[in-house]
Amino acid sequence: MNAANYLYLSALLFTIGAVGVVVRRNAIVVFMCIELMLNAANLSFVTFSRINGDLNGQVIAFFTMVVAACEVVVGLAIIVTIYRSRRSASIDDASLLKR
Amino acid sequence: MMTSTSLVYLIALPLAGSAILLLAGRRSDKWGHLLATALSASSFFVGLYQLSLMVGRTNSDRPVTQKLFEWISVGTFKIDASLMLDQLSICFVLLITGVGTLIHIYSISYMSHDPDRRRFFAFLNLFIAAMLLLVLGDSYLNLYVGWEGVGLASYLLIGFWNQKPAYATASKKAFVMNRIGDMGLSFAIMIAFATMGTVSFSGVKEAAGHTSTAALTGIGIMLLVAATGKSAQFPLQAWLGDAMAGPTPVSALIHAATMVTAGVYLITRSNFIFDAAPTAQLLVVIVGAITLMFGALIGTAKDDIKKALAASTMSQIGYMILGAGLGPVGYAFAIMHLLTHGFFKAGMFLGAGSVMHGMNDEVNMRKYGALRKFMPITFATFGLGYLAILGVPPFAGFYSKDMIIETAFNSGGAKGIILGCVTLLGAGITAFYMTRVMILTFTGKSRWDEEAHPHESPWLMWLPMAILAIGSVTSGYLLSHGDTLVNWLSPLFVNHGERAELLSPVVVSGLALAMVAIGVAIAFVKYSRNEVAAVAPTDVSIFTTIARQDLLQDRFNEAVFMQPGQALTAVLVKTDEAVIDGAVRGVGRIALGSGSALRGIQTGFVRSYAALILIGAVALIAAIWVVTQ
Repeated sequence: MNAANYLYLSALLFTIGAVGVVVRRNAIVVFMCIELMLNAANLSFVTFSRINGDLNGQVIAFFTMVVAACEVVVGLAIIVTIYRSRRSASIDDASLLKR
Repeated sequence: MMTSTSLVYLIALPLAGSAILLLAGRRSDKWGHLLATALSASSFFVGLYQLSLMVGRTNSDRPVTQKLFEWISVGTFKIDASLMLDQLSICFVLLITGVGTLIHIYSISYMSHDPDRRRFFAFLNLFIAAMLLLVLGDSYLNLYVGWEGVGLASYLLIGFWNQKPAYATASKKAFVMNRIGDMGLSFAIMIAFATMGTVSFSGVKEAAGHTSTAALTGIGIMLLVAATGKSAQFPLQAWLGDAMAGPTPVSALIHAATMVTAGVYLITRSNFIFDAAPTAQLLVVIVGAITLMFGALIGTAKDDIKKALAASTMSQIGYMILGAGLGPVGYAFAIMHLLTHGFFKAGMFLGAGSVMHGMNDEVNMRKYGALRKFMPITFATFGLGYLAILGVPPFAGFYSKDMIIETAFNSGGAKGIILGCVTLLGAGITAFYMTRVMILTFTGKSRWDEEAHPHESPWLMWLPMAILAIGSVTSGYLLSHGDTLVNWLSPLFVNHGERAELLSPVVVSGLALAMVAIGVAIAFVKYSRNEVAAVAPTDVSIFTTIARQDLLQDRFNEAVFMQPGQALTAVLVKTDEAVIDGAVRGVGRIALGSGSALRGIQTGFVRSYAALILIGAVALIAAIWVVTQ
């Protein structure tokens, strides 16, 4: 199978994620879109690893997963806290820096 | 050189008094003046004790030193805070503490109605301590500390009644003009350090032999600038008249007897520099000659008794500076005149204070008159001081002033003739204005204000006046009989050969007495024969008008220094506002403007930030792609 197809899939997933972050208001959905982008990047890394025949890409994919796990922990905690205090998960409502 | 452990007490006693009185505050109101007087007196007794020790030793063993502590120690450069008492210092120590103690006693009564009497005594003690440090320091740097100290005490005491704006201004004026002189002293110290590597008197004296004349002349001129500032000599003389704003005991102690003579001390102490720098020495003589005429002329026109005496002080210090500028033959006579002047001028100032005390603090002599009957003791003591300053034999001034006139005549050549004539003429004018003061104050008809009730001052005031009057009568004879003072001081100065004799002492005395007689006679005709107007006449000649305005010295200073200085400041302020403040504010304004422009993209919506990041990233990648293709 042509390795380039994996890269096309990766680009597609990343684009979906990016559009989701920009377009969607629900913080949870935005969050999932970020995860989607991270995983798209992971897919690229792993693909490049296969193409080049070394392990660098795979190792970086593991790093990304660790970072993503941490991000989920902190990010979800923030979202829950904001929801508790503001009764809303819309990120457009959380614009106190401007006001 | 011998060491001593008791020199420090001379300074420590009055300094402690000042500290106690200032720190204890109002609690010491009841006994502060007594403590201050006692400490000043004990300092005097320490001085007498030192004198007795000194007399008992041979000439070369007389100077004693005491190291207080190591002050500056940088590599090989070391300066100790050390005191040195030698034949010259002891004269000053006894004058300062002796006259100082008498004036402390006088002030107990004079200031008794002042709510701040304790503060006054604290400052007086501070002055005594600073002045003693000035004359006891063994290096120019130690002297400088005392020099600044007396300046501070003078400033505090001139402005003692600083609730009156004019008095506060007078103290500021004195301080600022003294700064110019202080700058001269610091330059002299710097030049001495740069060229000789030392600032101690003994070190500089040693190094003066192998230092270039140019450097010595520079040091000499800078020392002269210092002396003109502190001693109110031309061209820095303008502050002394205004300094009379201070309480009269201050005028007697600081602005007549002691502090203003510090310049004479400085020049005499630096004799090894001036002897090796003839140009600087000539300038000293010129400054002295100008000032003695300057002061005498101002004295003839002043109606304010204290200002007339201040002008006289200026003139008499001119004599001393002139004497000190005549070289080795003149130093001892300058010091002798300084000591006798300390007695008679302090006595006369205290007399003026006594008159003011009885006349509701009136200082205008035109409102005095006929006070002889009401203040017999003041009249007698003032009169003895008057005879002393005139130089009538056998009073003190006869010995000291005639010596300076004689030395001036005998200094050789045209210079000697000119100086001799100036000093003679000065003596005549002195006689005129002092007689004027006597006549206006004590004789003639009374021209008092209605509420004036003149009365003799209490004994606490007239006793110091009486003691100073005794000094005015006897000090000249005692100091010059058998050349006592000249021999006492001679180890300090370079030995000089026989004096050239242009005029013999008898002739000089005769000439001086003739001038004095003429001066007295003119004053009698002008003020005793004719009625004295109670209000100063305004239709007077241009010369009188100018003399009343202190020979335009203030106007000159204002036109030449103050107004250009103010213009310069105004320009600098404008420049500061436009250029420096403009640059600083401009930076701020740029930041502010760009900030408010960029604020538009800060919407506060997370999604818009995310979109911007995305656009940025895409643009970046596109740019890289374009470049690498």
